[in-house]
Amino acid sequence: MPLMAVLTAMFGFVGGNMVGQPWIGALIGAVLGAIIAWVIDMMPAQRTQMRWGLIIVLFVAGLVFGNLGTAISGTLIGAVLGWVGYWLATGAYRKRVPIYYTAGQTLWHNTFLFICGLVFFFLIAPLLPVIWLSFNAENFFTFTPEMLNFQAEGYSLKHYRDFLGTDEWMVPLKNSLIIAPIATIISVSLGTLAAIGLSQSHVPGRRAIMAVLISPMIVPLIISATGMFFFYAPLGNWLEANLGLSQSFVGYVKVILAHAVLGIPFVIITVTATLVGFDDSLTRAAASMGSSPVPTFFKVQMPLILPGVISGGLFAFITSFDEVVVVLFVGSAQQQTLPWQMFTGLREQISPTILAAATVLVVMSILLLTTVELLRRRSERLRGLSPS
Amino acid sequence: MSDTTGPDQITGATPDNALRNADRAEVQDGPMLAADGRPLKESLGRALRRQKMRALLLVAPLLLFVLLTFVVPIVSMLFRSVENQIVSDTLPGTVQAMADWDASTGDVPPEPVFQNLFFDLFDAAEAKEHTKLGTRLNYENTGLASLFRTSGRSMDDIGEIFQDAIEEVDPRFEEGAFWFAMMNGEGNSAVLADQRRRWEALTGDDMDGDIGFAPSQAIVDLLPQTARAYTRFAIWTAIEDEDVVAEEDPWEAFYAALALDLRDPATVSAIADYQGEGADALRALAAADLPDVSFKDAFAELDEDWLSPSVWETLSVYSASFTPGYFLNSVDRELTSDGVSLRPENERIYIKLFGRTLWMSMIITFSCILLGYPVAWLLANLPARTANVLMILVLLPFWTSLLVRTSAWKVLLQQQGVINELLVWLGFIDNANRLVLMNNSTGTIIAMTHILLPFMILPLYSVMKTVNPSYLRAAKSLGATNWTAFWRVYFPQSVPGIGAGSILVFILAIGYYITPEIVGGTDGVFISNRIAYHISRSLNWGLAAALGTILLVVVLILYWCYDQIVGIDNVKLG
Repeated sequence: MPLMAVLTAMFGFVGGNMVGQPWIGALIGAVLGAIIAWVIDMMPAQRTQMRWGLIIVLFVAGLVFGNLGTAISGTLIGAVLGWVGYWLATGAYRKRVPIYYTAGQTLWHNTFLFICGLVFFFLIAPLLPVIWLSFNAENFFTFTPEMLNFQAEGYSLKHYRDFLGTDEWMVPLKNSLIIAPIATIISVSLGTLAAIGLSQSHVPGRRAIMAVLISPMIVPLIISATGMFFFYAPLGNWLEANLGLSQSFVGYVKVILAHAVLGIPFVIITVTATLVGFDDSLTRAAASMGSSPVPTFFKVQMPLILPGVISGGLFAFITSFDEVVVVLFVGSAQQQTLPWQMFTGLREQISPTILAAATVLVVMSILLLTTVELLRRRSERLRGLSPS
Repeated sequence: MSDTTGPDQITGATPDNALRNADRAEVQDGPMLAADGRPLKESLGRALRRQKMRALLLVAPLLLFVLLTFVVPIVSMLFRSVENQIVSDTLPGTVQAMADWDASTGDVPPEPVFQNLFFDLFDAAEAKEHTKLGTRLNYENTGLASLFRTSGRSMDDIGEIFQDAIEEVDPRFEEGAFWFAMMNGEGNSAVLADQRRRWEALTGDDMDGDIGFAPSQAIVDLLPQTARAYTRFAIWTAIEDEDVVAEEDPWEAFYAALALDLRDPATVSAIADYQGEGADALRALAAADLPDVSFKDAFAELDEDWLSPSVWETLSVYSASFTPGYFLNSVDRELTSDGVSLRPENERIYIKLFGRTLWMSMIITFSCILLGYPVAWLLANLPARTANVLMILVLLPFWTSLLVRTSAWKVLLQQQGVINELLVWLGFIDNANRLVLMNNSTGTIIAMTHILLPFMILPLYSVMKTVNPSYLRAAKSLGATNWTAFWRVYFPQSVPGIGAGSILVFILAIGYYITPEIVGGTDGVFISNRIAYHISRSLNWGLAAALGTILLVVVLILYWCYDQIVGIDNVKLG
């Protein structure tokens, strides 16, 4: 009961603060909390009804005292109070700890879980306002009162229409979709070959080679970009002058080569990791049955390491798709990519269209993450590493 | 992982193990033969060599690709941080003439240096290269850019002093065709080739090709300076302007050269015997009274600064082809004729910036440990199914675009942002005193901690996964308290994870550019933002390269540590 009172007192403090009387709010909160705790203690059996009741009561209270926004926060507070109340009353907080834990240890255990929860919140929460704000009807980067009150006129899809309908965003998207896949193909094909070579039993200078191949991931992007800027500018001029290639084509080639290099470490790392579990006797078996190395590679080795290759490719893809610094230095305006456009947008004119683009990218990264996770599990299952 | 390539680490049939077996067998039974009758050792050795070859061939394409498109550019950047050919390319004569002059005397160099400067600057102004040199020297001595720009324009005026006098003696000197007839002759290829090289160095263009002119040997002997100046004119006219040499109006520079040649009494007496084209005109000139103007005074008249010793000190200090100047500049020092000294108080920014970059990266790394450790512990100790679900919460930000996360923080942190609005709505802060969370170091630290946190959690997690939980229980059963058990038993085993994660986060943090640029304002920027500024705004590429090189060295040292602690091939992703 005291814990419950403290919790509600905290909510009361926050609520009271809004109208300028935090301590009165806290007092009212404490009293209400004590009452709720007492009621819950009386009727431990009607758990579901009680929790719904609490939610509805606070929703109505919020609606009476404020608007829809307050009502929603009321609902959330209600849900939290109901859950915490029963969690404390039924002793569920001890369920996950060993029996012999003292009260202090149990408290610490739960506090620890709470801290971890906060860190997870810190990791994920920043993305949510972006998604929410991308439906803003106004050209603001902030919440409008209409949005907070959940009124329909506060929301619109207009930034998505801007994103999909204007050249300003579609050209960069197209550029990104040209550059990233080609760069990925280059890094995956070269990277897979090299990873197979590196995982053989005798490679002279393996460590040094590995250090060179991983270095694009370690060297700060700004340094890579500076070096490439000095290197590719004369190279591009030379290509244009001597081979008669068009400026925009040369521009694409430069950016694609630069991005391919940046993606290589990821391919190397994931593919060598997959090859660690690869059973070499399979290729020997194939060879003993008369298969030459190339068909053996495609029919025996490739299907088995494919998950690793694909996730390496996805890493390379996202590296290129997400890359700004190098393209900013090496590319010209014709090669403007989506992140570049977002970067200039964030630096100069702030428009919520950026948030629409960001939401599209978040959705894309969720899809990519799902693919990689599925592939990882498949490959673990294949290798019998973890049954989960 | 260092010995994975070594023998006997890999179980199974490798030629290497077989070789050793063959060795042992040889000691007992004499040489063993393979099926084809060759000694087994030789046959196995060949197989081993072939295997090594095959592995190398597989790696070779990628290695070449990375070397060409990544390592070479970075090495060329290192080169650019010390390269300084622009002074000797633009002012070759001046640099040569200055070689004997000691800048530390605090004087202005003697007349010959000014004469050379006139010809060098005249050519540079024709090729429009003098402003580049001015810009370059302006990094070292503010004001030189405008000095070179205005003086370059006025070189014609100095030449005209002599032009007017010479044309008064003989009006034929006004005509290009007369000059051509006088200078052209049996080819002196050495002078021609020299002057071609000089233009090539100055412009960076290819100056080969037929110009329809070669200086006559007699003129080269008689009027060396004039012959050189005219040859340069001829090369420029024929190749850059693509005109016919004889039809073009002469440049003011040869009148000055001619007047200088005629100041030499030996030339005057030699002209008496000269029989070639225009000999009479030259004799008349030798007899005439040409203006005896000092070039030093002429330059001083253009701009007082040409008599300022500091200008000449800069020119002389930076006339070498390679300079430590950019590096000294990166650590707030400068090169003077007395050696290295500190820059003036108000120009010292880089040491501070490097310090801030390191300091803030450390804070970010530390916050990542603080936030990442509990989460990694939780993930490592939960049942696999729950851990996998929670892992997605870590991986999702990792996979989300950096710009999305940075824009998210911009939305959250700005003055009208979500956090401030929420606090104002809840009444914790006044509308007037909103927290300044962005455009300072706080913003950079918060946003970068969030962005780099997954890079800390993942290595920590993979190390903690290997720590056996029964050690902790054993410690407790032996009477250790929770704290002791954690601190004395668990923590030491997780230190490699902290090391790996910290180095990774630190390396990534000190090179960050995008996030500080957007949320950092002026107080929260890193050294990388300064590099980008020098590349794209101030165009001081040498300084950018020097700053980049210093940063690269720091990163490579850390990379080496990382390799020693973790091994680069042990990096895991997700």
